[in-house]
Amino acid sequence: MDKEEQRGRRDQNLKEFFVEKLLFTSATISIIVVILIFAFLFSQGAPVFGRISIAEFLTGMFWQPTSVIKPEFGSVPLLHGTMIITAIAMAISVPTGVVIAVYIGEIAHPLEKEILKPLVELLAGVPSVVYGFFALVTLATWIQQLTGTTSRLNALNGGIILAIMVIPTIVSLAEDVITSVPKEYREASIALGASKWETIRRVVLPSSAPGILAAILLGFGRAIGETMAVLMATGNAAIVSLNVLDSVRTITATIAIETPEVAFGSLHYSALFALAILLFAITFVFNYLASIVIRRLGGSRR
Amino acid sequence: MIWTFISNGIGAINWTFLTDIPRAGMTAGGILPAIVGTIYLTLGTIAFALPVGVASAIYLAEYAREGRFVRVINSAITNLAGVPSIIHGLFGFGLFVTFLRFGTSILSGSLALFLLVLPIVISASREALLNVPRSFREGALALGATRWQTVRHNVLPYALPGILTGTILAVARAAGETAPIILTATFFFRPTLPSSPLDGTMALASHIYYMATQHPNIVQVRPLVYGTVLTLLGMVLSLNFVAIVIRTRHRRGKKW
Repeated sequence: MDKEEQRGRRDQNLKEFFVEKLLFTSATISIIVVILIFAFLFSQGAPVFGRISIAEFLTGMFWQPTSVIKPEFGSVPLLHGTMIITAIAMAISVPTGVVIAVYIGEIAHPLEKEILKPLVELLAGVPSVVYGFFALVTLATWIQQLTGTTSRLNALNGGIILAIMVIPTIVSLAEDVITSVPKEYREASIALGASKWETIRRVVLPSSAPGILAAILLGFGRAIGETMAVLMATGNAAIVSLNVLDSVRTITATIAIETPEVAFGSLHYSALFALAILLFAITFVFNYLASIVIRRLGGSRR
Repeated sequence: MIWTFISNGIGAINWTFLTDIPRAGMTAGGILPAIVGTIYLTLGTIAFALPVGVASAIYLAEYAREGRFVRVINSAITNLAGVPSIIHGLFGFGLFVTFLRFGTSILSGSLALFLLVLPIVISASREALLNVPRSFREGALALGATRWQTVRHNVLPYALPGILTGTILAVARAAGETAPIILTATFFFRPTLPSSPLDGTMALASHIYYMATQHPNIVQVRPLVYGTVLTLLGMVLSLNFVAIVIRTRHRRGKKW
């Protein structure tokens, strides 16, 4: 090997080495970002617990961060707002989503499927602020005409628009699972004399149940974290009421509304980060549950 | 629903609307600064997300061995994908806007959106790389190519359409996101076009929100909001459409 060639090889190895290190560094960015978000939320949110106890934050019935007399940082009204509209949204979107998924996966003509699937993807691609505007202008009016409520923007309005947004998520995931049920299962059932409906109910749905559950959990995570549509649809009054025609205020909406006006480092600032930690914890639990279900599913079928 | 927007929005859209700045207290004129702002924000997002996302995907698909490190990265990506967008916004507000003193700016907004789309770009690119047949790599390696040469010349070119599709979908998502940018990048009213990454801006998505909820004269500006919604929808949906076209073309042209 002459000198020239040796040097060429050394440069080559050096280049390989640096490229690999560079790629490795890029790959670690995701980890760093997640740790950074965690750490940052906690470091900014923790100071609030020096002034109010965690119990007070979690059970306080009033959220009045800017009150001059006595600021209150109770998360209950916001948690209540988030939960009530998520419950409405799930009550509507789970049955609707599963039915649509079964229809696309089992019943629809291939041509229909070609049209419906991209349409669902398209609906998933519509920005949430557009849904929010629709809820604010059109849906709220319909609800008002139907119920005669005085507060145009309310929990029901938020719940319905959220349901419309979550349905595509549930449909596309659930449909994937239903389609991946082995063909033999259906053939065996039909060969035994079961009708199409019996096959769907007794064979297809039970064997895709874990996947559908995962789809629902992911839809739930999406619903809880949704901001803009909810912010524009619900009227944002931080009150605790079980009447779905009352206005509510969610955790996400509170962060979106109050952050731009908050003084850096104030108690209020850190209370907003504490809310974010709460939200993060809730969505984390649901996404984690979904990932366990998905992993189980992958393990059992293949 | 889409019909409502088209029928109400089409009347508001004309050449002036798309190329003029807002006038008369935002009750007349156009939305040019918002269009430009959205384009800048998405370009900024790609500038960060494409290199980092594709490099991460290459590492995960071509270099990394199964093991603890890969598991940790995978769970980090899943977690990042599950973070609600408002948290990206709050994080961006705290870190980029206040702590690092980038201010309410295109830079802060792009960085917040970058974190939001990173998992999408990584997953799509990794998928595309893993879909390139193993024999392509083996052929190059057998001829004495180094690993990087193999990846660069025999794997990346074939994964490119898939990577592009994923990136375009991520960009479409970024263009429509509102919650992160209202905390990091946008103003209610800023009629001049931004001249540096450290300038704040208007953007289509935030403009819809502000005009629909905070403008004192809500009824009078409504047609303008419909027009803005239609413009944003047109942008986002045509990006989605381009992605789908690339995907189907690529599938058809695939010969292996």
